[in-house]
Amino acid sequence: MRKQSRFILSVLAFGYAFLYIPLLSVIVYSFNDSRLATVWGGFSTRWYGELFRNEQILDATFLSFRIAATSATLATVFGTMAALMLVRFGRFRGRTLFSGMITAPLIIPEVITGLSLLLFFVTIQQWFGWPSQRGFSTITIAHTTFSMAYVAVIVRSRLSAMDQSLEEVAMDLGCRPARVIFDITLPLIAPAMVAGWLLAFTLSLDDLVIASFVSGPGANTLPMYIFSKVKLGVTPDVNALASLFILVVTVTLFAAWFLTNQREKKS
Amino acid sequence: MNSTRNPCFIRIRGVSKLFGDFVAVDNVDLDIAQGELFSILGGSGCGKTTLLRILAGFEKPTTGRVEIDGVDVTDIPAYDRPVNMMFQSYAIFPHMSVEKNIAYGLRKDKVARAEIAKWVDEVIELVQLGDFRKRNPEQLSGGQRQRVALARALIKRPKVLLLDEPLAALDKKLREHTQFELMNIQHELGITFVVVTHDQEEAMTLSTRIAVMDKGRLLQVGEPKEIYEYPETRFVADFIGTINTFDGQVSAVDEQHIHVDCETAGGDLLAFNEHELKPGDKVCIAVRPEKIFISREPPENNEDIRVKGTVDDLGYLGNLSLYRVRLESGKVILVSQQNRQRSAKRSIEWEEQIWVSWRPRSSIVLVN
Ligand SMILES: Nc1ncnc2c1ncn2[C@@H]1O[C@H](COP(=O)(O)OP(=O)(O)O)[C@@H](O)[C@H]1O
Ligand SMILES: [Mg+2]
Repeated sequence: MRKQSRFILSVLAFGYAFLYIPLLSVIVYSFNDSRLATVWGGFSTRWYGELFRNEQILDATFLSFRIAATSATLATVFGTMAALMLVRFGRFRGRTLFSGMITAPLIIPEVITGLSLLLFFVTIQQWFGWPSQRGFSTITIAHTTFSMAYVAVIVRSRLSAMDQSLEEVAMDLGCRPARVIFDITLPLIAPAMVAGWLLAFTLSLDDLVIASFVSGPGANTLPMYIFSKVKLGVTPDVNALASLFILVVTVTLFAAWFLTNQREKKS
Repeated sequence: MNSTRNPCFIRIRGVSKLFGDFVAVDNVDLDIAQGELFSILGGSGCGKTTLLRILAGFEKPTTGRVEIDGVDVTDIPAYDRPVNMMFQSYAIFPHMSVEKNIAYGLRKDKVARAEIAKWVDEVIELVQLGDFRKRNPEQLSGGQRQRVALARALIKRPKVLLLDEPLAALDKKLREHTQFELMNIQHELGITFVVVTHDQEEAMTLSTRIAVMDKGRLLQVGEPKEIYEYPETRFVADFIGTINTFDGQVSAVDEQHIHVDCETAGGDLLAFNEHELKPGDKVCIAVRPEKIFISREPPENNEDIRVKGTVDDLGYLGNLSLYRVRLESGKVILVSQQNRQRSAKRSIEWEEQIWVSWRPRSSIVLVN
């Protein structure tokens, strides 16, 4: 019994070490005083200070967050609407097809999604003259299209798990169908929508491939900036940037966890 | 008082419901009177819930019409019907407190705040939820949830309250208690209740009348006593209580009686001729276990039907004794006797040769 638990513990330790040592080393080296990323030269926070003096980094960060927040919000609205249509509005022609198609963006390789979106933007630019410049709007649209699928899947599973008689009771008690969505359905799927929003937010923040395809000159998201810097060799300020990134993602996840927990406790 | 009540308060005419090819409700005609506590009784999957949902307005009948209080409601959506339904799952809104759940229906009707508060107080008192009004649903027991669901539906003072298996989710003890509460509330408010249940005992105790349903059809509608003592079909006879059946053929008919030759009874069984049968008709004679007497000596009354048998098995239930009696034909029947005498000794033992007998009146004749 003791032996076995020790064995399990060491397997667990190894697995977690594998996962977290790279992340930890990034954080540790972000406090490295040396200009060389791989040589320890004493403790310092100077790279963090340097980050905030770097215009390029600040711009990229601001752009990334704007895109993430906007696309997550749009994805949550559209994804929820899609899920509602698929689960709640009875059978219509081609429902099974649409039901399957909503999950397709989850398995299509990003390279292909990126390429097809780029071709799409180029084509409509030729026809309508918009978007004249690729950047914030094109990346936001691109991120919305693929993260919307994630939101739809999350919300759909929550919807189908929900007791449909709750909505029927509301109607039985005199509530019009359109109003039932706001009184009953949305409050009950809110945790799934919040989870969907946070997932869409992190997906967007995280995305390098699709953004690279649909972005134009001068519009660099944070991952694009980091990637281009790393190509010239890892510098300590990139470590600091990555550490902050990890911090933001961790805080977001904790917020999500806290929010959903609180909702569940209440309901 | 009965005479002022509308006997066709709910009028269901030729209602069928098809899901694809599957017939869930099959050409149902039914009248329910105002103030009744009416039960729809049937096995699982027989279409009870579907019929109730048609009354509530959640399903549109494929054919047929539904009238409530003289108004054809067939095309009126659920939210405009003067009807409320209590769901089998109770379906308490998880994101609202007990109070908010109960007030929901009145809020939707744009009733004034003060008015709502008054009604909520009243109905909470009625279902005895006073200590729980601020609670959240997940803090409630099954019985309390049932009361919230009931209160939420009652507060709208519907003309008809539909209850889908209102007690099925409760444990046995609570079920019996709640049953009587339901009856009291119904009596107090005078609202017409339509209850769906698969529990025949529950239906018998609760209802003024019962409709027995099978495979989407109504087999028989009547008072509990009628259904029990005068079942019209074998299904109904079997479904309500226990019954012994003997298949046979009418051998002779006199002014009042028919003689039915039943192989399994080892001879003729006597019954009243209520169906104007002729010799040669195939019928089934059915007898309830408690209508049968059991004795060591041959029964004296010559009118009675008597058959010889041996006691295969017996069980003592306190108020009753149950006997499984093997007749000479090999058929086993069930007999129950009240234990009228206080005695530690058994009057009849295993493997004992005995007579069973019953009055011709007690023979139920089932045609086809
Ligand atoms: N929406 C539906 N679509 C298809 N079949 C249904 C639907 N609702 C009920 N049924 C079928 O109709 C039959 C009767 O169902 P129901 O009325 O719920 O039975 P009960 O309440 O008597 O158990 C069942 O066989 C069920 O599978
Ligand atoms: Mg049912």
